[in-house]
Amino acid sequence: MKIYRIHALICAGGQCISAGGNDFEAALRVEIEKHGLEDEVQIVETGCMGACEMGPMMVVYPEGTLYINLQPENAKEIVEEHFLKGRKVQRFMWQKEDGHFPTLNEVPFFALQTKIVLRNCGIINPENIDEYIAYDGYTGLGKAVGEMTPQEVVKEIEDSGLRGRGGAGFPTGLKWKLTAQAQGDQKYVVCNADEGDPGAYMDRSVLEGDPHTLIEGMAIAGYAVGANQGFIYCRAEYPLAIKRLQKAIQQAKMAGLLGKNILGTDFSFQLSIRIGAGAFVCGEETALLSSIEGKRGEPRKKPPYPATSGLFGLPTLINNVETFANIPVIVSKGSSFFNAIGKEGCRGTKVFSLAGHVNTTGLIEVPLGISMKEIIYDIGGGIPGGKVFKGALIGGPSGGVIPSSQLDVPIDYEHLNTLGAIMGSGGLIVMDESSCMVDIAKFFLQFTVDESCGKCTPCREGTRQMYEILDRITQGEGVPGDIEKLESLGKVIQDTSLCGLGQSAPNPVLSSIRWFRDEYLAHIEKKECPAGVCTMKKTTTTKEEPRRGRKKAST
Amino acid sequence: MAKISSLEELRKIRNDAKESMKTRSGNAKVRVFASMGTVGIAGGAREALKAMIDELEKRNFHDVEIVEGGSMGLDKEEPIIRIERDGFETTYGKVTPDMARQIVAQHIINGQMISEWVIARNEK
Repeated sequence: MKIYRIHALICAGGQCISAGGNDFEAALRVEIEKHGLEDEVQIVETGCMGACEMGPMMVVYPEGTLYINLQPENAKEIVEEHFLKGRKVQRFMWQKEDGHFPTLNEVPFFALQTKIVLRNCGIINPENIDEYIAYDGYTGLGKAVGEMTPQEVVKEIEDSGLRGRGGAGFPTGLKWKLTAQAQGDQKYVVCNADEGDPGAYMDRSVLEGDPHTLIEGMAIAGYAVGANQGFIYCRAEYPLAIKRLQKAIQQAKMAGLLGKNILGTDFSFQLSIRIGAGAFVCGEETALLSSIEGKRGEPRKKPPYPATSGLFGLPTLINNVETFANIPVIVSKGSSFFNAIGKEGCRGTKVFSLAGHVNTTGLIEVPLGISMKEIIYDIGGGIPGGKVFKGALIGGPSGGVIPSSQLDVPIDYEHLNTLGAIMGSGGLIVMDESSCMVDIAKFFLQFTVDESCGKCTPCREGTRQMYEILDRITQGEGVPGDIEKLESLGKVIQDTSLCGLGQSAPNPVLSSIRWFRDEYLAHIEKKECPAGVCTMKKTTTTKEEPRRGRKKAST
Repeated sequence: MAKISSLEELRKIRNDAKESMKTRSGNAKVRVFASMGTVGIAGGAREALKAMIDELEKRNFHDVEIVEGGSMGLDKEEPIIRIERDGFETTYGKVTPDMARQIVAQHIINGQMISEWVIARNEK
């Protein structure tokens, strides 16, 4: 076997590539060749390392040296000094305020995280199945099919306390049990990889950085519920994720870890990818299943739930990427390992994409029950430019705002609900004093107005009415009573919409009214935007047409 | 990759794959430190190190971490290679490629230091 004295791990996640990571890698290869070090240095393209703010980045082992914000012209110096002579190039390294150069594990951004879902992201080469296997990959599947009955696997998941990571937090073990008990000769396992929340990329990082964990999780699910066919529904906007998944499926088939008679047992499992054409509503499970069937991606009434009547009317287990990524660890290490992380009722970790006004943006994985304060100040490094924290929007366009007075509240499904927010899939946008809450609410509502599929009236018409009121308010044309109107409309939309998209669409508006009512009042009564974001017109002018120039709803 | 037909086979592949990634784990059994100052390189440190890696590969020994560093100041003895194993730091001087290969076979793999070439030894 080949020995490389240096393993140079270059982040090949979406962000680092957009920031020019490929150019640096190409330059590095040229320099390595020039100095005849091909046999001594192994370049490994990994998935997202998480600290996207610092990209393009590279970690050099055995010491774990962390190079950040790399440009192609830096390659020469790194090869000549570090790779050839062992002298680290400090000016490209991540430096703490005290002048100390920490290794990867000492940077607070990484040190304070607990990684289960992202355990391999940024550590292994996602296109090499051997590296996944080296980090205990497929031992969960091996243990399940070789040493456990399907009922025991379901029991293990139930005992772990894992809840669905797609947003609603339904107990995963229960869902598996219901699907396993459903009557039917043919069953399916479906993975929801249609991640559409603006600014959220948790699932993409798993798909790009560790595709085999999803394949393993789905195969275990297939064994547990009695399905021999799986589908991954991934959005077309994730070309790199799809490419790596295809490659991973191919490798798993070659290795006999997918296909007929897995690991020499009677269990067989096929897996294929379906590519979504970019409708946000297809992230809703019933709409997603319609889309796989080749129909228009529209949600339908529940019940019946997919567990009894899902894909093609047959029993179907549907979970999202992050949920499946937890499964191999739970099976191989046991439910008690998983159960020790997090808190009562909310076991395990959650991945968040930390964005907005925070010093270190990126992808983080933390135990459930951690406070927002720890995420923003300890891991994220606080608010830049000495500004003051105002609120954090958690849960994407269907989420709610958490104000500074609630920063100590633990992040779990129940507490977030009482605050009017949701866990959602894990988008977390931090806002400082320069953000206008009315404007933010309007921004996210516009997203749902655009993405509403139009099947049910409350969502199609109601969100548009709310948007128009907000639009008036932000232009200085708000009238007394607007706030109450928004509240009652929002309540009706939440109560009567057909699917989760509509039911959660008013959340950003309602929660921002709850915590920042004064700001709404300032817009309406004083015709002032306290943050100075909205351009308030004193005189009445023509209204701005919402995006895409769609036909206006009847008034 | 050939088909894996049992759990035992999977475990075996895992153990092999783990070995080749030892460098990233930070807990290798043996640590090799090679002095790569200008004098060291001029004195043939690169050739000695290359021979060492080649010999490790031939003998399929992966439980090792290779680190380079600057000059120790002892130019007279360059190329210098230090082996950290079993709680001792052993420093060899004037290492030629042939000596490097023998150090791999006797010291790195089997833990028997080659006394006549040692210039310093201390507990870690």
